[in-house]
Amino acid sequence: MLKSTLLKAVATTALTFSTWASAQAVDLQFYFPVAVGGGAAEVIQGMTDEYMANHPDVKIDAVYSGSYQDTVAKVITASRGGNAPQLSVVLSADMYTLIDEDLVVPFDDYLTTDEEKAWLAGFYPSFMENSQTGGKTYGIPFQRSTPVLYWNKEAFKAAGLDPEVAPASWDELVEFGKKLTKKDANGNVTQWGVRIPSSGFPYWTFQGFAISNGVTLANAEGNKTSFDDPKVVEALQYFVDLSAKHGVMAPGIIEWGATPKAFFEGESAIILTTTGNLTNIKTNAPFDFGVAMLPEKEQRGAPTGGGNFYLFKGASDEQLDAAVDFVQWITAPAQSAKWTMATGYVAPRAETWETEAMKTYAAEFPQVLVARDQLEFAKAELSTYQNQRVTGFFNDALAAAITGQKTPEEALKEAQTQADAVLAEYR
Amino acid sequence: MMRGSLTYDRVLNTLAAWALAILWILPLAYAVWTAIHPAAYEARFVLTAPLTFENFQRAWAAAPFARYFLNTTLLVSLILACQFFLCTLAAYAFARFEFPGRGLLFTLVLLQLLVMPDILIVENYQTMRLLDLVDTIPAIALPYVASGFGIFLLRQTFLTVPRELDEAARVEGSSALGILWRVYIPLAKPTYLAYGLVSVSHHWNNFLWPLIVTNSEETRPVTVGLSVFSAIDSGIDWSVINAATLMTSGPLLIAFLLFQRQFVQSFMRAGIK
Amino acid sequence: MRAWKLKRDWVTGWLLLLPAMVFLFAFTHIPAVNSLINSFYSTPRGKRAAKFIGLDNYERMIGDPVFWKVLGNNLWFAMGTIPASVGLALVMALWVNGRLPGRGFARMAFFTPTVLPLIAVANIWLFFYTPGFGLFDQLFGGLFGWSSTNWLGSPDTALNAVIVVTIWKEAGFFMIFYLAALQAMPVSLVEAARVEGANGWTIFWRITFPLLMPTTLFVSINAVINSFRLVDHIFILTDGGPDNASAVLLFYIYEIAFKFWETGYAATLTVALLVLLCLLAIGQFFLFDRKVHYK
Repeated sequence: MLKSTLLKAVATTALTFSTWASAQAVDLQFYFPVAVGGGAAEVIQGMTDEYMANHPDVKIDAVYSGSYQDTVAKVITASRGGNAPQLSVVLSADMYTLIDEDLVVPFDDYLTTDEEKAWLAGFYPSFMENSQTGGKTYGIPFQRSTPVLYWNKEAFKAAGLDPEVAPASWDELVEFGKKLTKKDANGNVTQWGVRIPSSGFPYWTFQGFAISNGVTLANAEGNKTSFDDPKVVEALQYFVDLSAKHGVMAPGIIEWGATPKAFFEGESAIILTTTGNLTNIKTNAPFDFGVAMLPEKEQRGAPTGGGNFYLFKGASDEQLDAAVDFVQWITAPAQSAKWTMATGYVAPRAETWETEAMKTYAAEFPQVLVARDQLEFAKAELSTYQNQRVTGFFNDALAAAITGQKTPEEALKEAQTQADAVLAEYR
Repeated sequence: MMRGSLTYDRVLNTLAAWALAILWILPLAYAVWTAIHPAAYEARFVLTAPLTFENFQRAWAAAPFARYFLNTTLLVSLILACQFFLCTLAAYAFARFEFPGRGLLFTLVLLQLLVMPDILIVENYQTMRLLDLVDTIPAIALPYVASGFGIFLLRQTFLTVPRELDEAARVEGSSALGILWRVYIPLAKPTYLAYGLVSVSHHWNNFLWPLIVTNSEETRPVTVGLSVFSAIDSGIDWSVINAATLMTSGPLLIAFLLFQRQFVQSFMRAGIK
Repeated sequence: MRAWKLKRDWVTGWLLLLPAMVFLFAFTHIPAVNSLINSFYSTPRGKRAAKFIGLDNYERMIGDPVFWKVLGNNLWFAMGTIPASVGLALVMALWVNGRLPGRGFARMAFFTPTVLPLIAVANIWLFFYTPGFGLFDQLFGGLFGWSSTNWLGSPDTALNAVIVVTIWKEAGFFMIFYLAALQAMPVSLVEAARVEGANGWTIFWRITFPLLMPTTLFVSINAVINSFRLVDHIFILTDGGPDNASAVLLFYIYEIAFKFWETGYAATLTVALLVLLCLLAIGQFFLFDRKVHYK
């Protein structure tokens, strides 16, 4: 009798204590990838600490989770092992994959007040294309980017071009490129006109050309691709011709990671790479450089890219509420401005660009505005169900065409057949 | 005539050896070059390049390498100790005892020589979760501690131990474990050394499984720490990667430089063949 | 008496095996059997559970051109890395064991691959291979006026470039084993042969090489396993490209399993890799057992 009373008393105390404790602190685990060098991880860690200092009731365990590829692998492995994080930054293009794996919950259920709903509308629409599907919002833009064109003003001057004017169209890119390509006495190229990286994820840089040729690679439902559209073939032919026919770009697959270095070394006078490189290039380029939008054909165009915040299944409502609050805080102007200036990623909300800090920064360094202005013409990054596999087919096709193993048409037809076989079950 | 051709031979050999040695040390030389010069000299090899210590400072600030180094050391020691213990017992059983199921069990061990734990990551992660070991150093170690390769190698060595030694010890009244400790293990020292080197080198370099199963800096090994710099959206920062690589591999390299004679001699003393 | 000893042997044997077997079953056999079972099921995705599909995954594998391509690549990779790394390791060991000027430097040079993690070193090789300002282009361009070569970006050279890095890594590592074996070799044998007027080649082929046989077999087994296991550097150097030209079997399995999340098909490919390795291992095991055990 005494024993059972005692037990009850202990149990009640324990229960009270645990409810009290949970009311006191919400624990969150948050995975984040870093794709822009060592410093970015520190900035995220610092911002997380700052948030916790202001919110003693929330404890966030920020886990650096490797590259984007490592992160999605880690998130899926952990979820299948029943140990999902509550919050993670994953590629925006992986949205359909995460939905397909049934791992994520939409933000909508946790954005209840009108104020919170209005907050959603504050993001640039082109960033939301890969964040919403079926009327629900699964991703909140955070470290988002878009490819832009960087040019070496000194090389332009040396080649007799106006150093303040970037090539604006496909034809100009070839024309400028020819002037910028220099050879030595043996006929070996010492400076290429153009460098468009094609290793790892060639679909992304290529997509800029497809979009400017007036075609999107996948529909909004993520279940149909248009890889063999004549406009895509035309864009790929142009891409291949840059080295095969016009000789303004190095042949073969061009390494992504060595591209900024190639620019600094004067190996290439024009490069095409992510805005996530802006800070790096600003710090390290030994010459004056310009930033421009991608060249146009039928229209301006570029893909978006980078990572979104996602909420994961298996978390409690309190955890998700806290996670949403953290996301709102970290995308707010003050934090977002800090993040953009540290990395070069495009601040995803217009209001951030209105802050004093960003205005001062943009006044000193107007190149930072190019990416933002390009958003008007930007479209969603290629993204479908079973995204990595479908883009894998497309990447293989691009590589086969670039290395001359297949004609663009042949390669793209094949990729389309493969993609259709995978996506049929999602229609 | 004979002497002349021999010298000629020697000169050629020396030249070839030097050429190969230079080729082999190139990556290290390049790592040193980039680590002590500003990034602008990553691809320019001019002797007047200014020296800097900044790359080390940046690398040091970017990740807690001292901790990572400690973790890797703990990890490698843990794996090695467990492997020696488990594999010795198992190899001894296979080499000197008759029992039903021996053939079948040995086949199962050999199978592990091929089924690399690296390809069973998803399944193993679930097991670790079940054991509540995710994000611990033992979780990185456990899939590797019972090594088919180790068992196989030690069994081969134990089989070469003359039966007479075994019998003699038995007559003196030693137990099975006593014989193992006094007869077999001392004779297998070179095998332990060779296997130890294979194991340490493998786990020192292992990357994927530690990345998946660990979350915090208290458990992560050096390789995962180094991968911060290989995330290449913004291009590869060779100076900092190489400074970090040197910092983490440096202790081992210096140890080798200082102790290389002893190192090779210990192999020799152990009589590895 | 005999029966009693046998029984006691049984128990001792089992007890000695028990700890290792527990770990082997928990982290290898049970997961591997799960993989085998999974190879007969479709990949579960979200709310759609896996369903039994018999041999469909195997049919898909037979019809998968990428599978055959990476299988071919892997065999080429094995043929390129195994003999070259074992052979070079032996030559290096002979050099640094002999009276080579600057022996300490050469030893350290050959030893470096063992302490530099492949994931870090791959970035350095990436720079060496970079066309234009990369080290090889600067060297060959400066010395011979060669035009720039895109080693990693062309399907003809990408796999071979990966093979070179693997050989660099492996030969330095294997050299240590040969060096130790050479140092332990009785000097009297070589001296005696020299007195009888045998030249260097004869001594090597008649005395040194046969005595090194156990080391050669040990090293070869490692080389074979590694030729199917060492893929870390491929992720950084080429990512399997261009168009799978430098992808090998384990890399492809990783891609299918952890990029495409097709666990069913990845399990099937794993089974194929296992069968292949089993065949190789059976052959090698017999060789190893005979040479070492009955020498």
